[in-house]
Amino acid sequence: MDNYNFPDQNGHFGPYGGTFVAETLIEALDELKEMYNQFKDDKEFLDEFHHDLKHFVGRPSPIYFAERLTHKIGGAKIYFKREDLNHTGAHKVNNTVGQALLAKKMGKPRVIAETGAGQHGVATATIAARLGLECVVYMGSEDVKRQSPNVYRMKLLGATVVPVESGSKTLKDALNEALRDWVTNVSNTFYIIGTVAGPHPYPMMVRDFNSVVGKEAIGQMDELVGKQPDAVIACVGGGSNAMGIFYPYIPYKETRLIGVEAAGHGIETGKHAAPLTANSPVGVLHGNRTYMMQNEEGQIIETHSVSAGLDYPGVGPEHSWLKDTGRAEYVAVNDDEALAAFHNLCKTEGIIPALETSHAIAYAEKLAKELPKDKTILVNLSGRGDKDINTVADIAGIKI
Amino acid sequence: MSRITKTFSLLKSKNKKALIPFITAGDPSVEMTKKILHQLVESGADMIELGIPFSDPMADGPVIQRASERALANHVGIRKTFEIAKEFRGKDQNTPLILMGYANPIEAIGFDEFLRLCKEADVDGIITVDYPPEESKEYVAKLKENDIDAIFLLAPTTEKERIQQIIKQATGFLYYVSLKGVTGAQNIDIDQVKHRVAEIKSLSDLPVGVGFGVRDPETAKAVASFSDAIVIGSRIIQEIEKSDENNMLENIAKIIKSIREAI
Repeated sequence: MDNYNFPDQNGHFGPYGGTFVAETLIEALDELKEMYNQFKDDKEFLDEFHHDLKHFVGRPSPIYFAERLTHKIGGAKIYFKREDLNHTGAHKVNNTVGQALLAKKMGKPRVIAETGAGQHGVATATIAARLGLECVVYMGSEDVKRQSPNVYRMKLLGATVVPVESGSKTLKDALNEALRDWVTNVSNTFYIIGTVAGPHPYPMMVRDFNSVVGKEAIGQMDELVGKQPDAVIACVGGGSNAMGIFYPYIPYKETRLIGVEAAGHGIETGKHAAPLTANSPVGVLHGNRTYMMQNEEGQIIETHSVSAGLDYPGVGPEHSWLKDTGRAEYVAVNDDEALAAFHNLCKTEGIIPALETSHAIAYAEKLAKELPKDKTILVNLSGRGDKDINTVADIAGIKI
Repeated sequence: MSRITKTFSLLKSKNKKALIPFITAGDPSVEMTKKILHQLVESGADMIELGIPFSDPMADGPVIQRASERALANHVGIRKTFEIAKEFRGKDQNTPLILMGYANPIEAIGFDEFLRLCKEADVDGIITVDYPPEESKEYVAKLKENDIDAIFLLAPTTEKERIQQIIKQATGFLYYVSLKGVTGAQNIDIDQVKHRVAEIKSLSDLPVGVGFGVRDPETAKAVASFSDAIVIGSRIIQEIEKSDENNMLENIAKIIKSIREAI
């Protein structure tokens, strides 16, 4: 992993990634590549980006030592990177600020997005309002039902939310529908993809915008703890929060990088959303090649997770590459374990985490227990759980 | 000479344009697909495009998405599609059969198995929607080794330089996507399509077919006046949706005949 330099210029991370789209989108992707290459090192663009991250999002997000949780577990010290404290409540906003700014520079008056749990949709609607862009968000009709507060939030922010009725009516279908919109309105529309998936240059671009998380963490850990963590843990659906914190840590070879997927009802039941842990076959979907949950004839199969944000059959192609190269490890945590970690964190630390994030916390608890007290673990606390209180109450049989 | 190339040159000698209907394998049922294929030929189709059902057809509009969903509900995937193709070829040795699909089902069974099935069913050409030339060099080379035409899409947004690149890879014919959008969309701009087809023809000797927005005899006639083939899909599938088993073949025949007469 010396001189890690991926993707290559065609967007490949080893055998993964690439540009698998219908011909109509090629020109738009070429234009995006060119503009992104031009702006990613442009001082004025970066100044604007960091200005918004500071004054609009509230960065840098703090590092927090979870003292009571650490004592309760009785092993390695657990630290949190508090992305839940960002404006809109999750890491998602880092990327939307970057992409929306790029849309503005490219003169596109309209942005579209797909969303699962609604966090990326809210973050996109938020920045679209801030920059005066028209915003349309595609959301599976199943997710519209289970994430109704976020649907209303997007509407308050002036976005149009389109429920998607095709296929399994979840995140992957929302992505299909957003791609169909883009192919139709390609001249005036910028597609803000919410995770490190999609065709090149999205996996790279989303990673870069989100890597502010890992860059900050390296400086903060040095200052606060005097050393880098022994392990960095993050949940992985598409994998944007994980890539954001992993990427700057790739050269830090002493730091283990651990991605936590959703085991749903259990890997062995097939009802999960953990293509890396389950060693799913490699496939092509949504513009890139990656590990993908599918049947033996290549039809994408339905996934299950208690958290809508992890309910995706694929995973960002760079994670597939990090798995194969061994630089990152991937594990899975089931619904019950994630829910237990959710409740535990609420009561132990006074933080209500997102259900997605609860998967990372559950694994951090397991790992901390196995490690001696002088070791440190950094968890990307990717989002807050206000959006999930209805789901959690439902599971507990409580009506609120 | 491939069956597709032969058909085009035969049509050209008669000063006729090719009519290429599209249906999805297994929609509304395996048995009906088999009957519809022969009906299409009988009513005037020159070649047939058969869709391989896929769970996530990103380039397709709602009509073909529904066709895919019905086919999948009937447990029709890539292997069953080949069974249907093989049976068709058993009864019809003349009509070129083109498979249209997405990359993932092809990769899932593997290129070698895919090619074996293509040979077994004597399929003539393949359109793989989400395989742009830069991602499909090995695949296209294998298709060519096996004398299967690799048909590529060209879009309104494809720039001249890129058209020249794609032409080098393409065989059989070039498929011009008549609009920015998904299959079955409305309102194509005939003048713009004409201009683009002329540009493509100035760069290549391959026949040029036009599809994605052709839904009635008038549009078909206009488009056929400057291209070599018309592809019509969603309009036929709508006919499948509103017919019952008793009048489906008849209703499809009517549409095909009306387009055949127009072009």
